[in-house]
Amino acid sequence: MPFIPHTETDVKEMLAAIGAPAIDALFDEIPAELRIQSLAGIPEALTEMEIGRLMQERAQRDGRPLNSIGAGAYEHHIPAAVWAIVTRGEFYSAYTPYQAEASQGTLQLLYEYQTMMASLTGMQVSNASLYDGASALAEASLMAVRAHRKSKSARILVPAAVNPTYLQVARAIAEGQKLNFDVLPYEPGVGTTSAASLDSYRGQDITAVVIQQPNFFGLLEDVDAITDWAHANGALVIAVVNPLSLAILKPPGEWGAKGVDIVVGEGQPLGVPLSSGGPYFGFMTTRLEHVRQMPGRIIGRTVDLDGKPGFTLTLQAREQHIRRSKATSNICTNQGLLVTAATIHMSLLGATGLERVAATCQQRTRELIGALTKIKGVKLAFDGPRFHEAVLQLDRNVGEVLEALAQRGVIGGYDLSQQYPELGNALLVCATETRTSEDIAAYAKALNEVM
Amino acid sequence: MSSIPSDLKYLDSHEWARLESDGTVTVGISDHAQGSLGDLVFVEVPEVGKTLAKGGAAAVVESVKAASDVYSPISGEVIAANEALGASPELVNQDPYGAGWLFKVKPSNAGELEQLLDAPAYEKVVEAAH
Repeated sequence: MPFIPHTETDVKEMLAAIGAPAIDALFDEIPAELRIQSLAGIPEALTEMEIGRLMQERAQRDGRPLNSIGAGAYEHHIPAAVWAIVTRGEFYSAYTPYQAEASQGTLQLLYEYQTMMASLTGMQVSNASLYDGASALAEASLMAVRAHRKSKSARILVPAAVNPTYLQVARAIAEGQKLNFDVLPYEPGVGTTSAASLDSYRGQDITAVVIQQPNFFGLLEDVDAITDWAHANGALVIAVVNPLSLAILKPPGEWGAKGVDIVVGEGQPLGVPLSSGGPYFGFMTTRLEHVRQMPGRIIGRTVDLDGKPGFTLTLQAREQHIRRSKATSNICTNQGLLVTAATIHMSLLGATGLERVAATCQQRTRELIGALTKIKGVKLAFDGPRFHEAVLQLDRNVGEVLEALAQRGVIGGYDLSQQYPELGNALLVCATETRTSEDIAAYAKALNEVM
Repeated sequence: MSSIPSDLKYLDSHEWARLESDGTVTVGISDHAQGSLGDLVFVEVPEVGKTLAKGGAAAVVESVKAASDVYSPISGEVIAANEALGASPELVNQDPYGAGWLFKVKPSNAGELEQLLDAPAYEKVVEAAH
């Protein structure tokens, strides 16, 4: 779809039609002190050739290290066909064209994506994606407050074992909108949230309880017990999940007696390469009864005047171009390109392929833990069932160990000591299906030297 | 021409209010409003027990082309909401002054009813809109 900018004449005509003297006048209602006066500090534009060279030089500085870090973004094999198809001109736009008469291919793809995500999470409806996993948790919290009208507290319980950056982002987005996030401790020495720790909240007005599965330490939470506790205490349940893990774990739609109410997470493990923190994409699915409170775009299937099937935006009345300030969110587009990749990735792997990838990740992580904990001064912090990450406790400073490993071409893991000081010298490690036995041996050798 | 029953009071934003014999007030949207919105697909009624202020947003009606707030013509406590609209929002289109009512209020100041438009005044509002 071509992008046709307004000509100067267009702009003049439009301003004349609405009686505004200049474009700047349209922003008058934003107080002057909040407007950026200058863009000093932003360098001059570079040409494509210059920027290409700069990026290549920076990429070379990273080298090709052996990667054992996860903590929310994961290195997976992506079949070459995925990005070959995604980068076709018909799909290749960061923006998502929703014009039904011009965009049937994109709309059908989003419809298929929604179907896959609903099926993977065991829920009834999915939106067409959000920005990332962290902002998806913020959106889910805001949505829970809208959907749970009986609850007046806008209070959300979040386990400390939820990805700490997700909680940080949720607070940044939602606290200004009067939401409160109460942190539930994890059981020391165990690493999971116990349903018993929830009991101090019994009888209080709680809007929603968040559960992350697997949690930030890679461990499996007792999701059935927590879901049932929340529902018994009149709270909604928000699941934060790794979509890949759902190929081998019970989907949130089946947790506890009733299943959860909202599912969110980071879609990056589904066909999106690691890239300095993004762009990735967030996903959200829910029960049909909450669909009008769900933020973001939803594509529906319908028939045209001749009875032929077609795809179009649906339930738009919730959205900002109709509801203005009362819209369910300010999500005006979605991560179209990355969702395209995820949809193609899932369709190429299929259910069996995803299951094999997930099971291999789990197996490789078991091997990694086995190899690393043989080293003197390294022990496993928590021993429960896990997916593909584990917390190791070292007998020396984690930052220094990681630095020494980096010099040996190994990214050793994620240093937990800043965000979880009570864990001491704790290192979060991960192995996906991309790690071979040789890789694991190489990491163990390097760590052995460093320790 | 849309129907404007003479025994009701109206807001110029197209809500109607009916004083019942027990002193409560039933609220809905006018025939003109339902006609302008088109087929309703969803109605969000207020919670029973909620306190409404006259002129404040109380409910939402959503049609295939728009979602609009419904304002309360009167201050007071919501004592009933038309739960049938959850499964059958089309009742508002079919019978806006009867089965398509939205909610009932126990007024905190029944005198507010006198400030509302009567049928001839509301008819002028509707005509002016054309």
